[in-house]
Amino acid sequence: MKLEGKVFKYGDNIDTDVIIPARYLNISDVEELASHCMEDIDKTFIERVEPGDIIVGGKNFGTGSSREHAPLAIKTAGISCVIAENYARIFYRNSVNIGLPILECPEAVAGIEDGARLEVDLNNGEIIDISSGKTYQAEPFPPFVLEIFKAGGLIAQIKERIKNNV
Amino acid sequence: MGLTMVEKIMLDHTDRDTIKPGQIINCRIDMVLGNDVTTPVAIAEFKKTGLEKVFNSERVIIVLDHFTPNKDIKSAMQNKLTREFAREQGIKYFYEEGEMGIEHCLLPEKGLALPGEIVLGADSHTCTYGALGALGTGGGSTDMAAAMATGENWFKVPETLRFIFNGKRSKWVGGKDLILYILGDIGVDGALYKSMEFAGNVISELPMDDRLTMSNMAVEAGGMCGLIAPDEITKEYLAGRAIRDYTVYDSDPDADFEKVYEYNTDEIEPQVAFPHLPDNVKPISEAKGIKIDQSVIGSCTNGRMGDLRIAAEIMKNKKVAKGVRCIVIPGTQAIYKQAMQEGLIDIFIDAGAVVSTPTCGPCLGGYMGILADGEKSISTTNRNFVGRMGHTGSEVYLSNPAVAAASAVKGKIAHPEEVL
Ligand code: SF4
Repeated sequence: MKLEGKVFKYGDNIDTDVIIPARYLNISDVEELASHCMEDIDKTFIERVEPGDIIVGGKNFGTGSSREHAPLAIKTAGISCVIAENYARIFYRNSVNIGLPILECPEAVAGIEDGARLEVDLNNGEIIDISSGKTYQAEPFPPFVLEIFKAGGLIAQIKERIKNNV
Repeated sequence: MGLTMVEKIMLDHTDRDTIKPGQIINCRIDMVLGNDVTTPVAIAEFKKTGLEKVFNSERVIIVLDHFTPNKDIKSAMQNKLTREFAREQGIKYFYEEGEMGIEHCLLPEKGLALPGEIVLGADSHTCTYGALGALGTGGGSTDMAAAMATGENWFKVPETLRFIFNGKRSKWVGGKDLILYILGDIGVDGALYKSMEFAGNVISELPMDDRLTMSNMAVEAGGMCGLIAPDEITKEYLAGRAIRDYTVYDSDPDADFEKVYEYNTDEIEPQVAFPHLPDNVKPISEAKGIKIDQSVIGSCTNGRMGDLRIAAEIMKNKKVAKGVRCIVIPGTQAIYKQAMQEGLIDIFIDAGAVVSTPTCGPCLGGYMGILADGEKSISTTNRNFVGRMGHTGSEVYLSNPAVAAASAVKGKIAHPEEVL
Protein backbone atom coordinates (compact mmCIF):
# COMPACT_ATOMS: atom_id res chain seq x y z
CA MET A 1 0.00 0.00 0.00
CA LYS A 2 1.52 3.29 -1.16
CA LEU A 3 0.74 6.73 0.22
CA GLU A 4 1.68 10.16 -1.07
CA GLY A 5 1.31 13.60 0.47
CA LYS A 6 2.91 16.76 1.75
CA VAL A 7 4.51 17.03 5.15
CA PHE A 8 3.37 18.91 8.23
CA LYS A 9 6.38 18.87 10.51
CA TYR A 10 6.18 19.34 14.28
CA GLY A 11 8.63 18.95 17.18
CA ASP A 12 9.16 16.54 20.10
CA ASN A 13 6.51 15.52 22.66
CA ILE A 14 3.46 16.59 20.64
CA ASP A 15 0.81 15.80 23.26
CA THR A 16 -2.79 14.73 22.85
CA ASP A 17 -3.97 17.99 24.45
CA VAL A 18 -2.65 19.94 21.45
CA ILE A 19 -3.73 17.30 18.92
CA ILE A 20 -7.28 17.63 20.22
CA PRO A 21 -7.83 19.92 23.24
CA ALA A 22 -9.94 18.58 26.12
CA ARG A 23 -12.47 21.37 25.64
CA TYR A 24 -13.70 19.43 22.59
CA LEU A 25 -13.97 16.03 24.30
CA ASN A 26 -17.69 16.48 24.79
CA ILE A 27 -17.99 16.11 20.99
CA SER A 28 -18.52 12.61 19.57
CA ASP A 29 -18.87 13.60 15.90
CA VAL A 30 -15.52 12.77 14.28
CA GLU A 31 -15.78 15.38 11.52
CA GLU A 32 -16.41 18.11 14.07
CA LEU A 33 -13.54 16.81 16.23
CA ALA A 34 -11.22 16.79 13.23
CA SER A 35 -12.05 20.44 12.51
CA HIS A 36 -10.16 21.33 15.73
CA CYS A 37 -7.17 19.06 15.11
CA MET A 38 -3.80 20.67 16.01
CA GLU A 39 -5.40 24.11 16.43
CA ASP A 40 -3.53 24.94 19.63
CA ILE A 41 -0.11 24.74 17.93
CA ASP A 42 -1.02 25.26 14.27
CA LYS A 43 -4.13 27.33 13.62
CA THR A 44 -3.91 26.90 9.83
CA PHE A 45 -3.37 23.10 9.82
CA ILE A 46 -7.00 22.33 9.18
CA GLU A 47 -7.24 24.84 6.31
CA ARG A 48 -4.09 23.55 4.62
CA VAL A 49 -4.38 19.80 5.11
CA GLU A 50 -5.36 17.72 2.06
CA PRO A 51 -6.29 14.03 1.93
CA GLY A 52 -3.13 11.91 1.95
CA ASP A 53 -0.91 14.42 3.76
CA ILE A 54 1.62 13.18 6.29
CA ILE A 55 2.54 14.39 9.78
CA VAL A 56 6.19 14.13 10.79
CA GLY A 57 6.81 14.49 14.53
CA GLY A 58 9.86 14.15 16.78
CA LYS A 59 10.15 11.82 19.73
CA ASN A 60 7.34 10.67 22.06
CA PHE A 61 4.61 11.72 19.63
CA GLY A 62 1.11 11.55 21.14
CA THR A 63 2.20 11.75 24.77
CA GLY A 64 -0.43 12.42 27.42
CA SER A 65 -4.00 11.29 27.70
CA SER A 66 -5.54 8.08 26.42
CA ARG A 67 -8.01 9.94 24.23
CA GLU A 68 -8.53 7.99 21.03
CA HIS A 69 -10.02 11.23 19.78
CA ALA A 70 -6.41 12.24 18.99
CA PRO A 71 -5.48 9.66 16.30
CA LEU A 72 -9.12 9.71 15.17
CA ALA A 73 -9.00 13.48 14.61
CA ILE A 74 -5.70 13.13 12.73
CA LYS A 75 -7.07 10.34 10.54
CA THR A 76 -10.37 12.09 9.87
CA ALA A 77 -8.57 15.33 8.98
CA GLY A 78 -7.15 13.39 6.03
CA ILE A 79 -3.69 12.48 7.29
CA SER A 80 -2.66 9.18 5.71
CA CYS A 81 0.23 8.35 8.01
CA VAL A 82 2.40 9.70 10.81
CA ILE A 83 6.19 9.37 10.92
CA ALA A 84 8.03 10.03 14.19
CA GLU A 85 11.13 9.01 16.12
CA ASN A 86 8.89 7.09 18.52
CA TYR A 87 5.42 7.25 20.06
CA ALA A 88 3.75 7.44 23.43
CA ARG A 89 2.52 3.93 24.22
CA ILE A 90 -1.22 4.54 24.28
CA PHE A 91 -1.13 6.70 21.16
CA TYR A 92 0.64 3.81 19.41
CA ARG A 93 -2.03 1.31 20.56
CA ASN A 94 -4.88 3.60 19.61
CA SER A 95 -3.46 4.27 16.14
CA VAL A 96 -3.00 0.54 15.48
CA ASN A 97 -6.47 -0.20 16.82
CA ILE A 98 -8.21 2.37 14.60
CA GLY A 99 -6.00 1.67 11.58
CA LEU A 100 -3.93 4.87 11.35
CA PRO A 101 -0.49 3.83 10.05
CA ILE A 102 2.36 5.18 12.18
CA LEU A 103 5.99 4.64 11.33
CA GLU A 104 9.11 4.97 13.47
CA CYS A 105 12.13 6.40 11.67
CA PRO A 106 14.54 8.82 13.41
CA GLU A 107 16.59 9.37 10.21
CA ALA A 108 13.52 10.46 8.24
CA VAL A 109 12.52 12.80 11.05
CA ALA A 110 15.96 14.41 10.99
CA GLY A 111 16.12 14.70 7.20
CA ILE A 112 12.60 15.62 6.09
CA GLU A 113 11.53 19.27 5.99
CA ASP A 114 8.17 20.89 6.51
CA GLY A 115 6.24 21.05 3.23
CA ALA A 116 8.22 18.25 1.52
CA ARG A 117 6.36 15.69 -0.65
CA LEU A 118 6.72 12.06 0.44
CA GLU A 119 5.93 8.66 -0.92
CA VAL A 120 5.51 5.96 1.73
CA ASP A 121 5.27 2.21 1.13
CA LEU A 122 3.53 0.65 4.14
CA ASN A 123 4.38 -2.89 3.12
CA ASN A 124 8.13 -2.50 3.51
CA GLY A 125 8.45 0.79 5.45
CA GLU A 126 10.22 2.66 2.64
CA ILE A 127 9.93 6.46 2.74
CA ILE A 128 10.91 8.47 -0.35
CA ASP A 129 11.35 12.22 0.00
CA ILE A 130 10.36 13.31 -3.55
CA SER A 131 11.44 16.90 -2.82
CA SER A 132 15.04 15.99 -1.93
CA GLY A 133 15.32 12.60 -3.61
CA LYS A 134 16.47 10.93 -0.38
CA THR A 135 15.19 7.53 0.75
CA TYR A 136 14.68 6.30 4.31
CA GLN A 137 13.87 2.91 5.79
CA ALA A 138 11.41 2.77 8.70
CA GLU A 139 10.96 -0.16 11.11
CA PRO A 140 8.46 -2.49 9.38
CA PHE A 141 5.35 -3.29 11.44
CA PRO A 142 5.50 -6.41 13.68
CA PRO A 143 3.38 -9.22 12.11
CA PHE A 144 0.79 -9.04 14.92
CA VAL A 145 0.26 -5.34 14.26
CA LEU A 146 0.23 -5.77 10.48
CA GLU A 147 -2.59 -8.31 10.90
CA ILE A 148 -4.70 -5.71 12.70
CA PHE A 149 -3.99 -3.12 9.98
CA LYS A 150 -4.89 -5.62 7.28
CA ALA A 151 -8.18 -6.45 8.99
CA GLY A 152 -8.99 -2.72 9.06
CA GLY A 153 -8.50 -2.24 12.80
CA LEU A 154 -8.98 -4.21 16.01
CA ILE A 155 -12.78 -4.18 16.03
CA ALA A 156 -12.98 -5.32 12.41
CA GLN A 157 -10.57 -8.14 13.31
CA ILE A 158 -12.74 -9.21 16.28
CA LYS A 159 -15.85 -9.07 14.11
CA GLU A 160 -14.20 -11.37 11.61
CA ARG A 161 -13.18 -13.74 14.40
CA ILE A 162 -16.72 -13.85 15.78
CA LYS A 163 -18.08 -14.51 12.29
CA ASN A 164 -15.66 -17.38 11.77
CA ASN A 165 -16.27 -18.61 15.31
CA VAL A 166 -12.63 -18.62 16.42
CA MET B 1 16.91 -16.21 35.06
CA GLY B 2 14.12 -14.90 37.29
CA LEU B 3 11.13 -12.83 36.20
CA THR B 4 10.04 -9.27 36.90
CA MET B 5 6.65 -8.47 38.43
CA VAL B 6 5.09 -7.43 35.15
CA GLU B 7 6.31 -10.60 33.43
CA LYS B 8 4.82 -12.77 36.17
CA ILE B 9 1.44 -11.02 36.05
CA MET B 10 1.27 -11.17 32.26
CA LEU B 11 2.35 -14.82 32.16
CA ASP B 12 -0.43 -15.64 34.61
CA HIS B 13 -2.93 -14.18 32.13
CA THR B 14 -1.90 -16.17 29.05
CA ASP B 15 -1.83 -19.82 28.05
CA ARG B 16 1.87 -19.59 27.26
CA ASP B 17 4.72 -21.24 29.18
CA THR B 18 7.18 -18.40 28.78
CA ILE B 19 7.22 -14.78 27.77
CA LYS B 20 9.96 -12.25 27.18
CA PRO B 21 10.19 -8.49 26.66
CA GLY B 22 9.40 -7.32 23.13
CA GLN B 23 6.86 -10.06 22.39
CA ILE B 24 3.32 -9.01 21.54
CA ILE B 25 0.85 -11.31 23.29
CA ASN B 26 -2.82 -11.59 24.16
CA CYS B 27 -3.73 -11.42 27.86
CA ARG B 28 -6.95 -12.08 29.72
CA ILE B 29 -8.28 -8.94 31.40
CA ASP B 30 -9.66 -9.03 34.95
CA MET B 31 -11.27 -5.60 34.93
CA VAL B 32 -12.13 -3.25 32.06
CA LEU B 33 -12.57 0.42 32.92
CA GLY B 34 -14.03 3.41 31.10
CA ASN B 35 -15.05 6.96 31.99
CA ASP B 36 -17.49 9.54 30.68
CA VAL B 37 -15.13 10.74 27.94
CA THR B 38 -13.87 7.41 26.63
CA THR B 39 -16.89 5.13 27.15
CA PRO B 40 -19.22 6.73 24.56
CA VAL B 41 -16.62 6.05 21.84
CA ALA B 42 -16.10 2.52 23.23
CA ILE B 43 -19.83 1.81 23.12
CA ALA B 44 -19.97 2.79 19.45
CA GLU B 45 -17.01 0.48 18.72
CA PHE B 46 -18.46 -2.35 20.82
CA LYS B 47 -21.71 -2.18 18.86
CA LYS B 48 -19.77 -2.62 15.60
CA THR B 49 -18.75 -6.14 16.72
CA GLY B 50 -22.38 -7.19 16.45
CA LEU B 51 -22.31 -8.64 19.97
CA GLU B 52 -25.29 -7.95 22.19
CA LYS B 53 -23.70 -8.45 25.60
CA VAL B 54 -20.33 -7.62 27.15
CA PHE B 55 -18.22 -10.69 28.02
CA ASN B 56 -18.98 -10.34 31.74
CA SER B 57 -21.05 -7.56 33.28
CA GLU B 58 -19.23 -7.95 36.62
CA ARG B 59 -15.85 -7.28 34.99
CA VAL B 60 -16.68 -3.90 33.47
CA ILE B 61 -16.38 -0.69 35.49
CA ILE B 62 -17.75 2.62 34.24
CA VAL B 63 -17.20 5.85 36.17
CA LEU B 64 -18.61 9.21 35.11
CA ASP B 65 -16.06 11.71 36.37
CA HIS B 66 -14.45 14.06 33.86
CA PHE B 67 -17.38 16.38 33.07
CA THR B 68 -19.73 15.00 35.75
CA PRO B 69 -22.10 16.31 37.17
CA ASN B 70 -22.91 17.10 33.53
CA LYS B 71 -21.12 20.34 32.71
CA ASP B 72 -23.08 21.20 29.58
CA ILE B 73 -25.64 19.84 27.12
CA LYS B 74 -23.06 17.90 25.10
CA SER B 75 -21.67 16.07 28.13
CA ALA B 76 -25.22 15.47 29.35
CA MET B 77 -25.99 13.74 26.04
CA GLN B 78 -22.82 11.66 26.24
CA ASN B 79 -23.56 10.67 29.82
CA LYS B 80 -27.13 9.78 28.94
CA LEU B 81 -25.87 7.36 26.30
CA THR B 82 -23.42 5.80 28.76
CA ARG B 83 -26.02 5.54 31.53
CA GLU B 84 -28.39 3.73 29.16
CA PHE B 85 -25.67 1.32 28.05
CA ALA B 86 -24.68 0.57 31.66
CA ARG B 87 -28.28 -0.19 32.64
CA GLU B 88 -29.10 -2.24 29.58
CA GLN B 89 -25.90 -4.29 30.02
CA GLY B 90 -26.42 -4.63 33.77
CA ILE B 91 -22.93 -3.30 34.47
CA LYS B 92 -22.37 -4.10 38.13
CA TYR B 93 -19.78 -1.43 38.85
CA PHE B 94 -21.34 1.67 37.34
CA TYR B 95 -20.85 4.93 39.23
CA GLU B 96 -22.70 8.18 38.58
CA GLU B 97 -23.59 11.26 40.63
CA GLY B 98 -23.91 10.51 44.31
CA GLU B 99 -21.67 7.43 44.14
CA MET B 100 -18.99 8.45 41.72
CA GLY B 101 -15.56 9.79 42.39
CA ILE B 102 -12.50 10.33 40.25
CA GLU B 103 -12.02 6.83 38.80
CA HIS B 104 -8.47 6.27 40.06
CA CYS B 105 -9.42 7.35 43.58
CA LEU B 106 -12.59 5.27 43.45
CA LEU B 107 -11.36 1.87 42.22
CA PRO B 108 -8.74 1.36 44.96
CA GLU B 109 -11.21 2.59 47.58
CA LYS B 110 -13.85 0.09 46.45
CA GLY B 111 -11.36 -2.79 46.35
CA LEU B 112 -11.82 -3.18 42.58
CA ALA B 113 -8.12 -3.00 41.67
CA LEU B 114 -6.32 -6.00 43.13
CA PRO B 115 -2.75 -7.31 43.31
CA GLY B 116 -1.81 -9.68 40.52
CA GLU B 117 -4.77 -8.67 38.34
CA ILE B 118 -4.81 -6.88 34.99
CA VAL B 119 -6.94 -3.75 34.84
CA LEU B 120 -7.18 -2.29 31.35
CA GLY B 121 -8.65 1.20 31.43
CA ALA B 122 -9.62 3.58 28.68
CA ASP B 123 -7.78 6.23 30.66
CA SER B 124 -4.06 6.81 30.74
CA HIS B 125 -3.81 7.01 34.54
CA THR B 126 -5.04 3.43 34.98
CA CYS B 127 -1.40 2.83 35.90
CA THR B 128 -2.36 4.18 39.37
CA TYR B 129 -3.24 0.62 40.49
CA GLY B 130 0.39 -0.41 40.24
CA ALA B 131 0.63 0.91 43.79
CA LEU B 132 -1.43 -2.11 44.83
CA GLY B 133 0.63 -4.55 42.78
CA ALA B 134 -2.00 -4.65 40.03
CA LEU B 135 -1.02 -4.40 36.38
CA GLY B 136 -3.14 -1.33 35.74
CA THR B 137 -2.49 0.08 32.31
CA GLY B 138 -4.14 2.59 30.03
CA GLY B 139 -5.49 2.09 26.55
CA GLY B 140 -8.03 3.80 24.35
CA SER B 141 -11.72 3.43 23.68
CA THR B 142 -11.23 0.70 21.06
CA ASP B 143 -9.14 -1.19 23.62
CA MET B 144 -12.03 -0.93 26.04
CA ALA B 145 -14.49 -2.08 23.38
CA ALA B 146 -12.31 -5.05 22.43
CA ALA B 147 -11.89 -6.06 26.07
CA MET B 148 -15.62 -5.69 26.72
CA ALA B 149 -16.27 -7.94 23.74
CA THR B 150 -13.69 -10.67 24.32
CA GLY B 151 -12.30 -10.31 27.85
CA GLU B 152 -8.80 -10.00 26.46
CA ASN B 153 -6.47 -7.67 24.57
CA TRP B 154 -2.97 -7.44 23.09
CA PHE B 155 0.09 -6.11 24.90
CA LYS B 156 3.77 -5.80 24.23
CA VAL B 157 5.72 -7.39 27.09
CA PRO B 158 7.73 -4.44 28.47
CA GLU B 159 11.28 -4.16 29.73
CA THR B 160 11.48 -3.21 33.41
CA LEU B 161 13.15 -0.17 34.97
CA ARG B 162 13.61 -0.31 38.74
CA PHE B 163 13.72 2.85 40.88
CA ILE B 164 15.10 2.46 44.38
CA PHE B 165 14.68 5.20 46.99
CA ASN B 166 16.71 4.90 50.18
CA GLY B 167 17.40 7.41 52.93
CA LYS B 168 15.33 9.79 55.07
CA ARG B 169 12.23 11.54 53.73
CA SER B 170 11.32 15.01 54.97
CA LYS B 171 7.73 15.58 56.12
CA TRP B 172 7.09 17.91 53.17
CA VAL B 173 8.27 15.40 50.61
CA GLY B 174 5.53 13.01 49.48
CA GLY B 175 4.97 10.47 46.74
CA LYS B 176 4.38 13.37 44.36
CA ASP B 177 7.88 14.73 44.90
CA LEU B 178 9.48 11.32 44.41
CA ILE B 179 7.76 10.75 41.09
CA LEU B 180 8.46 14.33 39.95
CA TYR B 181 12.09 13.74 40.90
CA ILE B 182 12.18 10.65 38.66
CA LEU B 183 10.55 12.63 35.83
CA GLY B 184 13.13 15.38 36.19
CA ASP B 185 15.82 12.73 35.91
CA ILE B 186 14.59 10.47 33.08
CA GLY B 187 12.19 12.77 31.19
CA VAL B 188 8.70 12.33 29.75
CA ASP B 189 9.92 9.56 27.45
CA GLY B 190 12.38 8.00 29.92
CA ALA B 191 10.24 4.90 30.46
CA LEU B 192 8.54 4.69 27.07
CA TYR B 193 6.62 1.34 26.73
CA LYS B 194 8.35 0.14 29.94
CA SER B 195 7.29 -1.20 33.30
CA MET B 196 8.48 0.97 36.19
CA GLU B 197 9.02 -0.57 39.63
CA PHE B 198 9.40 1.46 42.80
CA ALA B 199 11.29 -0.01 45.77
CA GLY B 200 13.66 0.79 48.64
CA ASN B 201 13.19 1.64 52.31
CA VAL B 202 11.45 4.94 51.53
CA ILE B 203 8.82 3.13 49.44
CA SER B 204 8.37 0.40 52.09
CA GLU B 205 7.48 3.12 54.60
CA LEU B 206 5.37 5.18 52.21
CA PRO B 207 1.62 5.38 53.03
CA MET B 208 -0.77 3.97 50.40
CA ASP B 209 -2.06 7.39 49.36
CA ASP B 210 1.49 8.46 48.44
CA ARG B 211 2.14 5.20 46.63
CA LEU B 212 -0.97 5.71 44.53
CA THR B 213 0.33 9.20 43.64
CA MET B 214 3.63 7.76 42.45
CA SER B 215 2.16 4.99 40.32
CA ASN B 216 -0.39 7.46 38.95
CA MET B 217 2.32 9.42 37.18
CA ALA B 218 4.22 6.45 35.66
CA VAL B 219 2.50 7.33 32.40
CA GLU B 220 4.01 10.82 32.54
CA ALA B 221 7.37 9.09 31.98
CA GLY B 222 5.82 7.07 29.15
CA GLY B 223 5.55 3.92 31.29
CA MET B 224 3.11 1.08 30.72
CA CYS B 225 2.73 0.67 34.48
CA GLY B 226 4.28 1.73 37.81
CA LEU B 227 4.42 -1.26 40.14
CA ILE B 228 5.06 -1.58 43.87
CA ALA B 229 5.30 -5.08 45.34
CA PRO B 230 2.42 -5.69 47.78
CA ASP B 231 3.42 -5.70 51.47
CA GLU B 232 1.78 -5.26 54.87
CA ILE B 233 0.65 -1.72 54.00
CA THR B 234 -1.06 -3.08 50.88
CA LYS B 235 -2.76 -5.92 52.76
CA GLU B 236 -3.94 -3.57 55.48
CA TYR B 237 -5.34 -1.18 52.88
CA LEU B 238 -7.20 -3.97 51.08
CA ALA B 239 -8.58 -5.63 54.21
CA GLY B 240 -12.36 -5.28 54.14
CA ARG B 241 -12.28 -3.75 50.63
CA ALA B 242 -11.02 -6.39 48.19
CA ILE B 243 -13.95 -7.82 46.23
CA ARG B 244 -12.18 -11.19 45.86
CA ASP B 245 -9.00 -13.06 46.83
CA TYR B 246 -5.83 -11.94 45.12
CA THR B 247 -2.32 -13.16 44.26
CA VAL B 248 0.80 -11.31 45.27
CA TYR B 249 3.83 -11.09 42.98
CA ASP B 250 7.26 -9.56 43.40
CA SER B 251 10.22 -9.47 41.03
CA ASP B 252 12.82 -12.18 41.49
CA PRO B 253 16.19 -10.89 42.73
CA ASP B 254 17.85 -12.28 39.59
CA ALA B 255 15.23 -10.84 37.23
CA ASP B 256 16.47 -9.05 34.14
CA PHE B 257 16.00 -5.33 34.84
CA GLU B 258 16.91 -3.11 31.92
CA LYS B 259 18.23 -0.49 34.30
CA VAL B 260 18.25 0.20 38.04
CA TYR B 261 18.16 3.79 39.30
CA GLU B 262 19.18 4.48 42.90
CA TYR B 263 18.26 7.70 44.67
CA ASN B 264 19.05 8.99 48.13
CA THR B 265 16.16 11.00 49.55
CA ASP B 266 18.14 12.79 52.30
CA GLU B 267 18.57 15.91 50.20
CA ILE B 268 15.36 15.77 48.13
CA GLU B 269 13.17 18.87 48.62
CA PRO B 270 9.58 19.33 47.45
CA GLN B 271 9.61 19.45 43.64
CA VAL B 272 7.75 21.69 41.19
CA ALA B 273 7.19 20.91 37.50
CA PHE B 274 7.29 24.13 35.48
CA PRO B 275 5.25 24.67 32.30
CA HIS B 276 4.77 22.99 29.85
CA LEU B 277 5.94 19.44 30.55
CA PRO B 278 5.83 17.28 33.69
CA ASP B 279 9.59 16.65 33.39
CA ASN B 280 10.48 20.34 33.59
CA VAL B 281 11.14 19.83 37.30
CA LYS B 282 12.98 22.09 39.75
CA PRO B 283 13.35 21.96 43.53
CA ILE B 284 11.01 24.32 45.40
CA SER B 285 13.95 26.57 46.32
CA GLU B 286 14.15 27.55 42.64
CA ALA B 287 10.40 28.02 42.26
CA LYS B 288 9.64 30.19 45.27
CA GLY B 289 8.10 33.59 44.62
CA ILE B 290 6.30 32.90 41.32
CA LYS B 291 2.96 34.74 41.58
CA ILE B 292 -0.12 32.57 41.10
CA ASP B 293 -3.79 33.24 40.31
CA GLN B 294 -5.12 29.81 41.28
CA SER B 295 -4.30 26.76 43.38
CA VAL B 296 -5.97 23.42 42.67
CA ILE B 297 -5.86 20.66 45.28
CA GLY B 298 -7.39 17.41 44.04
CA SER B 299 -7.36 14.99 41.04
CA CYS B 300 -6.52 11.29 40.71
CA THR B 301 -2.96 12.23 41.65
CA ASN B 302 -3.55 14.05 44.93
CA GLY B 303 -7.23 14.03 45.86
CA ARG B 304 -7.07 11.48 48.69
CA MET B 305 -7.36 11.79 52.50
CA GLY B 306 -3.62 12.07 53.07
CA ASP B 307 -3.50 14.91 50.57
CA LEU B 308 -6.42 16.81 52.08
CA ARG B 309 -5.06 16.34 55.61
CA ILE B 310 -1.69 17.85 54.83
CA ALA B 311 -3.27 20.73 52.89
CA ALA B 312 -5.64 21.44 55.79
CA GLU B 313 -2.79 21.34 58.29
CA ILE B 314 -1.21 24.21 56.40
CA MET B 315 -4.39 26.21 55.76
CA LYS B 316 -5.73 25.92 59.30
CA ASN B 317 -6.48 29.41 60.69
CA LYS B 318 -4.99 30.98 57.56
CA LYS B 319 -6.56 32.83 54.67
CA VAL B 320 -6.13 32.28 50.98
CA ALA B 321 -4.26 35.35 49.64
CA LYS B 322 -6.46 38.06 48.13
CA GLY B 323 -6.74 37.61 44.38
CA VAL B 324 -6.02 33.87 44.49
CA ARG B 325 -8.71 31.25 43.80
CA CYS B 326 -8.13 28.06 45.77
CA ILE B 327 -10.17 25.06 44.63
CA VAL B 328 -10.23 21.89 46.72
CA ILE B 329 -11.74 18.73 45.20
CA PRO B 330 -12.00 15.57 47.31
CA GLY B 331 -11.49 12.51 45.05
CA THR B 332 -14.56 10.51 46.08
CA GLN B 333 -17.78 10.85 48.06
CA ALA B 334 -16.23 8.80 50.89
CA ILE B 335 -13.19 11.07 51.00
CA TYR B 336 -15.49 14.12 50.95
CA LYS B 337 -17.47 12.75 53.89
CA GLN B 338 -14.40 11.74 55.86
CA ALA B 339 -12.90 15.20 55.31
CA MET B 340 -16.11 16.71 56.61
CA GLN B 341 -16.09 14.52 59.71
CA GLU B 342 -12.47 15.43 60.41
CA GLY B 343 -13.31 19.14 60.11
CA LEU B 344 -11.10 19.65 57.04
CA ILE B 345 -13.90 21.11 54.94
CA ASP B 346 -14.45 23.77 57.63
CA ILE B 347 -10.77 24.63 57.52
CA PHE B 348 -10.83 25.04 53.72
CA ILE B 349 -14.01 27.11 53.68
CA ASP B 350 -12.87 29.31 56.58
CA ALA B 351 -9.66 29.94 54.66
CA GLY B 352 -11.69 31.13 51.69
CA ALA B 353 -11.25 28.09 49.45
CA VAL B 354 -13.91 26.59 47.19
CA VAL B 355 -14.77 22.95 47.94
CA SER B 356 -16.35 20.93 45.13
CA THR B 357 -18.08 17.61 44.71
CA PRO B 358 -15.67 14.99 43.26
CA THR B 359 -14.87 15.60 39.59
CA CYS B 360 -11.85 15.82 37.28
CA GLY B 361 -13.04 19.34 36.40
CA PRO B 362 -10.09 21.72 36.13
CA CYS B 363 -7.41 19.00 35.83
CA LEU B 364 -8.05 18.68 32.11
CA GLY B 365 -9.47 22.14 31.56
CA GLY B 366 -13.01 20.80 31.67
CA TYR B 367 -14.76 23.18 34.06
CA MET B 368 -14.62 24.36 37.72
CA GLY B 369 -11.48 26.48 37.46
CA ILE B 370 -10.49 27.26 33.86
CA LEU B 371 -7.55 29.62 33.41
CA ALA B 372 -7.62 32.81 31.33
CA ASP B 373 -4.83 34.04 29.04
CA GLY B 374 -1.72 34.87 31.05
CA GLU B 375 -2.93 33.28 34.31
CA LYS B 376 -0.84 30.89 36.39
CA SER B 377 -2.02 28.02 38.55
CA ILE B 378 -0.21 25.78 40.95
CA SER B 379 -1.88 22.40 40.90
CA THR B 380 -1.58 18.96 42.48
CA THR B 381 -2.63 17.37 39.17
CA ASN B 382 -0.33 15.45 36.82
CA ARG B 383 -0.09 17.37 33.54
CA ASN B 384 0.92 20.90 32.64
CA PHE B 385 0.81 20.80 28.83
CA VAL B 386 0.00 23.92 26.80
CA GLY B 387 -3.68 24.74 27.41
CA ARG B 388 -4.22 21.80 29.75
CA MET B 389 -6.17 23.89 32.28
CA GLY B 390 -7.63 26.47 29.94
CA HIS B 391 -6.27 29.19 27.64
CA THR B 392 -3.16 28.28 25.65
CA GLY B 393 -1.55 31.38 27.15
CA SER B 394 -2.00 30.10 30.73
CA GLU B 395 0.57 28.20 32.79
CA VAL B 396 0.33 25.24 35.19
CA TYR B 397 2.94 24.39 37.86
CA LEU B 398 2.66 20.90 39.36
CA SER B 399 3.39 20.28 43.04
CA ASN B 400 2.39 18.27 46.09
CA PRO B 401 -0.68 19.35 48.14
CA ALA B 402 1.36 20.94 50.96
CA VAL B 403 3.10 23.26 48.50
CA ALA B 404 -0.18 24.03 46.69
CA ALA B 405 -1.81 24.95 50.03
CA ALA B 406 1.13 27.08 51.16
CA SER B 407 1.19 28.82 47.79
CA ALA B 408 -2.54 29.59 48.02
CA VAL B 409 -1.93 31.30 51.36
CA LYS B 410 1.14 33.21 50.16
CA GLY B 411 -0.23 34.11 46.73
CA LYS B 412 2.98 32.84 45.22
CA ILE B 413 4.77 29.51 45.07
CA ALA B 414 5.96 28.81 48.61
CA HIS B 415 7.53 26.12 50.79
CA PRO B 416 5.11 24.90 53.50
CA GLU B 417 7.52 26.06 56.20
CA GLU B 418 7.13 29.68 55.06
CA VAL B 419 3.49 29.54 56.12
CA LEU B 420 3.55 27.54 59.33
S1 SF4 C 1 -8.18 13.80 37.52
FE1 SF4 C 1 -7.19 14.50 35.65
S2 SF4 C 1 -5.64 13.01 35.15
FE2 SF4 C 1 -7.02 12.09 36.66
S3 SF4 C 1 -8.52 10.94 35.47
FE3 SF4 C 1 -9.35 12.98 35.82
S4 SF4 C 1 -8.71 14.21 34.03
FE4 SF4 C 1 -7.47 12.35 34.06
